[in-house]
Amino acid sequence: MGSGSSFSNSITLNSSLNPQQQAIYQNPEIIQKIIYHSRTIAMVGLSTERQKASYFVATYLRSAGYRIIPVNPRAETILGEKCYPNLASIPDPIDLVDIFRPAKDCLPIVQEAIASKAKAVWLQLKIVNDEAAELARQAGLLTVMDLCVKMEHGRYSGGLHEAGMNTGILSAKRVHRFI
Amino acid sequence: MKTERDFGFETKMVHAGHIPDTQHGARAVPIYQTSSYVFYDADHAAELFDLKQYGHIYSRISNPTVAVFEERMAALEGATGAVATSSGMAAQLAVFMTLFEPGDELVASSHLYGGSITQITHTLKKLGVAITYVDPTDIEAWQRAITPKTRALYAELIGNPRGSILDIETVAALAAHHHIPLIIDNTIATPYLCRPMDFGATITVYSATKFIGGHGNSLGGLVLESGKFDYSGFPAIADPSPKYHNLRFYDTFGHYGFLMKVRVETLRDTGCSLSPMNAFLLLQGVETLSLRLDRHVDNALKIARFLEAHPKVAWVAYAGLPSHPQHELAKKYLPKGAGAVLSFGLKEKPGEDVRQTGKQFIEQLKLFSHLANIGDVRSLVIHPGSTTHQQLTDEELRDCGVGPELIRLSIGIENLEDLLWDLDQAFQTL
Repeated sequence: MGSGSSFSNSITLNSSLNPQQQAIYQNPEIIQKIIYHSRTIAMVGLSTERQKASYFVATYLRSAGYRIIPVNPRAETILGEKCYPNLASIPDPIDLVDIFRPAKDCLPIVQEAIASKAKAVWLQLKIVNDEAAELARQAGLLTVMDLCVKMEHGRYSGGLHEAGMNTGILSAKRVHRFI
Repeated sequence: MKTERDFGFETKMVHAGHIPDTQHGARAVPIYQTSSYVFYDADHAAELFDLKQYGHIYSRISNPTVAVFEERMAALEGATGAVATSSGMAAQLAVFMTLFEPGDELVASSHLYGGSITQITHTLKKLGVAITYVDPTDIEAWQRAITPKTRALYAELIGNPRGSILDIETVAALAAHHHIPLIIDNTIATPYLCRPMDFGATITVYSATKFIGGHGNSLGGLVLESGKFDYSGFPAIADPSPKYHNLRFYDTFGHYGFLMKVRVETLRDTGCSLSPMNAFLLLQGVETLSLRLDRHVDNALKIARFLEAHPKVAWVAYAGLPSHPQHELAKKYLPKGAGAVLSFGLKEKPGEDVRQTGKQFIEQLKLFSHLANIGDVRSLVIHPGSTTHQQLTDEELRDCGVGPELIRLSIGIENLEDLLWDLDQAFQTL
């Protein structure tokens, strides 16, 4: 399956957001911009347990070529990467802040993301905090909410298709490259 | 370039799930006739087996040609995804084996296809699942049959062979009230005539051998899921799986959890996967689905009217006719047509063995193929009383809703006048 400038349907299934919110926070163009242009991803709330959803996402993204920086105050290293207690303590530039924390904890994390000059913020599937998302967007960050980075990367890179899922992508163009 | 458009059904029939590949740009869907797939390295292999990567391992679990068929059908159905199986019966069993634990109960329509009834009554019983059958047209019967152990409701949208129509919306609301999924066998309608998930169904199953493939050349089945059901209170999907280091499928894969479990547990463990060659042949059928179905239902309605007016016919069961008890439901759920399978009863003359008459009628037909299938481009006929159900007494036949006088037709896409001619000349010999 393809990348880049393919035609695609909007995927409106499975989200608790209303259509207006989906248009803002689940916008395919913004999602693709984040996936194609991010290199370093800070994962806030990344678990040390190998069967937790966050661990799946981190393993997947690392294999897809991204640099993963775990943010977890109770762990030393995860997946061989040094853990940081918060975003402020990360010395390197961050492209994307991927949040795996309960919705009620998201606002201060977004504030930190803005302060650390991250380019994008992503609230994972089933994490919905309108105030935090709006704050990120107003500060000029690319913002996604209530979706999974792994699933969306899989949608545009072909993995989701291989699993028999409905990517909503439809195109007669020959694929130039994989992301 | 515009990046968002909700393409129409016919566009999805020929495009969804297949983008020309980088290497060769093949326009037709390539047949990946391979059992297995090379890993990049040991870590890649480990991550694939641990489900932390998407990708093919072994064609019993997934295959690139099969994946095109799966995504295409999911796109047509408006489903979150699909798992293709070796047959329709395999699709149905894969759903049951994924959803049920021993001690669970299923409430199912008594109008299901005979093969489904046999699977549920005998094979499913071996797995410790209890069954209650209900008249699918009686909503109170559904309601009465549900117990705290009921894990799903199961029915066909269009029953076979009597053509009863399920009031999906009402039964789906009942299922939602009890936090259980409604499973619909949508084989006869196909997603072109009705998409049960638009009316609240959670899971649909198909025998793709029938109208989806449409040419009577390949067996295949499908499981599709809406992605809208909350499985958090559903132990079989939500609880830690001992097969994957206590992985919680619903927690980890969210709305893909059920289908992932069907694929990486049930398909992996039972081996009821679709072959790439069959996936390719079924895809050729899908590409003309709407064109064929328009013709099928047009022919079927005209033949149903012809039969209803014929002096040698006692009754016709086709929901497209105003005389059918669920005609109003057919208009609601199947506005393009009530499918192309219909049955009728030969008029019984006093002192005559109607089973014999049925046999004679079938033998006189010249264009209708006498065989046990439906959903071919060719017209098909079967007389259950002298074939599939011949060991049953007349009383037992009537209990199954299949009297000795019943003849089932699956209407093809031949010239309508020729089909009418064939039926008429066979009647004249009786």
